Amino acid sequence: MSKHIDGVLHAAAKGRGGVGVKHNKNTAETPVERMPIPQRVVLPMQQHIGAPCVPTVKVGDTVAVGQVIGDSDKFVSAPIHATVSGTVKAVGDVKLANGLITKGVTIESDGEMRLFDGLEPPKVETVKDLCTAVRASGLVGLGGAGFPTHVKLSIPPDKHVDTLVVNAAECEPYITVDYREIIENTRDIMEGVYTLQRLFGFKNVVIAIEDNKPRAFKRMKEVADMDNDRGDEVKLMVLKSKYPQGAEKMMVLSATGRRVPPGKLPADVGCVVMNVGSVAFVARYLRTGKPLVSRSITVDGSAIEHPNNLRVPIGTNIQDIIDYCGGFKTDPRKIILGGPMMGLAVCDTQSPICKQNNAILAFAEGAPAVKRERACIRCGRCVEVCPMSLMPTLIEREARIKDVDGLKLHNAMVCMECGSCAWACPSGRPLVQYMRLAKQVLREEGSK
Amino acid sequence: MSAKRLTVSASPHVRSAETTSGIMLDVIIALVPALAMSAVYFGLRALVLAATTVATAVAAEYLSRLVMKRDNTIGDLSAVVTGLILALNLPASLPLWMAAIGSVIAIVIVKQMFGGIGQNFVNPAITARIILMFSFPAQMANWVRAEFPAAPHYITDAVTGATPMATLNQSWRDFASAEGLPSLREMLLGVHGGSMGEVCAIALLAGGLYLLLRRVISPIIPFSFIGTVAVIMLIAGKGNWQFLCYELLGGGLLLGAFFMATDYTTSPLGAKGRLIFGIGCGVITAVIRLFGSLPEGVSFSIILMNILVPHIERLTTPKPFGYEKPKKESKEQEAAKA
Repeated sequence: MSKHIDGVLHAAAKGRGGVGVKHNKNTAETPVERMPIPQRVVLPMQQHIGAPCVPTVKVGDTVAVGQVIGDSDKFVSAPIHATVSGTVKAVGDVKLANGLITKGVTIESDGEMRLFDGLEPPKVETVKDLCTAVRASGLVGLGGAGFPTHVKLSIPPDKHVDTLVVNAAECEPYITVDYREIIENTRDIMEGVYTLQRLFGFKNVVIAIEDNKPRAFKRMKEVADMDNDRGDEVKLMVLKSKYPQGAEKMMVLSATGRRVPPGKLPADVGCVVMNVGSVAFVARYLRTGKPLVSRSITVDGSAIEHPNNLRVPIGTNIQDIIDYCGGFKTDPRKIILGGPMMGLAVCDTQSPICKQNNAILAFAEGAPAVKRERACIRCGRCVEVCPMSLMPTLIEREARIKDVDGLKLHNAMVCMECGSCAWACPSGRPLVQYMRLAKQVLREEGSK
Repeated sequence: MSAKRLTVSASPHVRSAETTSGIMLDVIIALVPALAMSAVYFGLRALVLAATTVATAVAAEYLSRLVMKRDNTIGDLSAVVTGLILALNLPASLPLWMAAIGSVIAIVIVKQMFGGIGQNFVNPAITARIILMFSFPAQMANWVRAEFPAAPHYITDAVTGATPMATLNQSWRDFASAEGLPSLREMLLGVHGGSMGEVCAIALLAGGLYLLLRRVISPIIPFSFIGTVAVIMLIAGKGNWQFLCYELLGGGLLLGAFFMATDYTTSPLGAKGRLIFGIGCGVITAVIRLFGSLPEGVSFSIILMNILVPHIERLTTPKPFGYEKPKKESKEQEAAKA
């Protein structure tokens, strides 16, 4: 029997800030559907935090699914693989959804999805083997940040890590791909957990799910219970549904009671946090040797004709995905990559889906509603909800007048841009925008 | 795609339903019981007075913004709240033109000249009340005794006299019984002398409860304010519970603690700061009541604490999540450095 325990501290629930955003998990019971092979994919060389890759193919090359087409010799980076089989049509500048221009490889699909010959399950005996294998798989955090997973797993010898936290909170509204992963690929998740536990010798493994997903919890428990002894080692934890419960630092606090200090990583308090989808992918990769070439995304929002969960090859054009979901019901006014709290509003749908994108949300006029921007009334709601215990309204004022001393006093750098403050603000102030400005002011000051 | 225009803005892309005007509307709703009871006790005049201060406040806000070439902000309803709170702080018999002057002082001088909503450093209504008190001392101390039903021509006929606060705080050292004071039931219902909004304790408590339940205000300031006054009065009255009840129900304590000390702009942002603010208000109120020459000190306590807010906030800056105290260097390390 697996242990079922409640959150050690309902971190984001009691006194530790956070907000009660509407969940809108409309696609929760929509199984992930495999989207037909797109005619062409565009694969940017920067789909992760760290050094961009350099294309290793040239125009006219024939490539197969899983073949490396871009790599870097830097440690903090992850290789890019072909996600369809076909011919390289272009190697050059491509525009990403966030407006950045980066190198990219365009592949015209031959529709065969032929697998690359050299793919075979990696032999993994030690942690070092695992890190090498995970790097080769091209895996980056699938939860949204896109941090290369092998970097996270390469724990420096001076840090004693005893806990693996599997993040299944999925606290962003609308997105349901992690939920679907738990329902549909429970076995993969458990296999991934066992492998990591065996290799690293973790004393504790915690799988944390928000309490608005009781079915996911039940499903995990059923599978863990079947595994008897092995399942016993795994703790399933129910967390209060409160945004930003899934933020790494909040997650560590809820699962272990430990607090990650400002500027430090979970490894500094003995934890590794992995997204549930990333864990399942590790298990699949070790079994099949097939690198990260596709991912699940939620397509939803008031302007989408048929909201859906889709498995798409990475590099698929956003507009193609929307068209597959029946196109727009009404004229969209805002299109977001990721969740509505931390996602990116895009100006153009002619860009590719990258490894870390977990949702496309398109909203019609008026939904989500915009609040009129008024002067700050110092109500203190931003201070109450900040999970990092900051004072956003004061930081806003200091950012506007570039008061570096004030920004240092109020620890502006600690902000993780979760958006709770701006969500709660009755005066509709764009506080996250000012938080970013504040950090920019501090960075400029630091580089002087 | 090029024909359609997409909005690009910083996250988050969803917002809570709360708005500034919604919050102000809640405050207005919370003040309705006190206003209604003032009409019961002081007659239609109370409503006329409130209408005067509210209308003047809104007009002053509109015109001053116009003159300053700033956008119109009467829609946020904060001027209505200021006008209403000012009216509740005035004696029902105050000449209307004096009340109107109060509104203009509150809105133009205290609020708009410092930048409008969210920028004033003292509470506009309280400041206006204090200025009126010193400008028109006789009229501002003409405490009409609340009657039920209200006397029809009370301005000429009504009994005026000392408020319970004045009686109580002149002789608190030898308080033995409630002789010469209204009964506690009358104190609770509001049948005694005082400003038109402060007399009815039940109405104020109902409004305060509404604000707490709607989470418009946090309980820290009212509870620490009233709690501090209670503790000091319990000691001053040598444990006499009757004395304590008079002190808590009389004067402007409930009105001040629930509606004026909790003013967002002029109170600290954080929980710790709010606690210090509330305790400070309580101490100053009690000291003025017991040792000052004025019978009542709620207004002065709030305004004094308002001025201290930036300092309180600086002292109570919260430590960020996961903050660790820097470890003190051991003597050896220090020696090595030296």
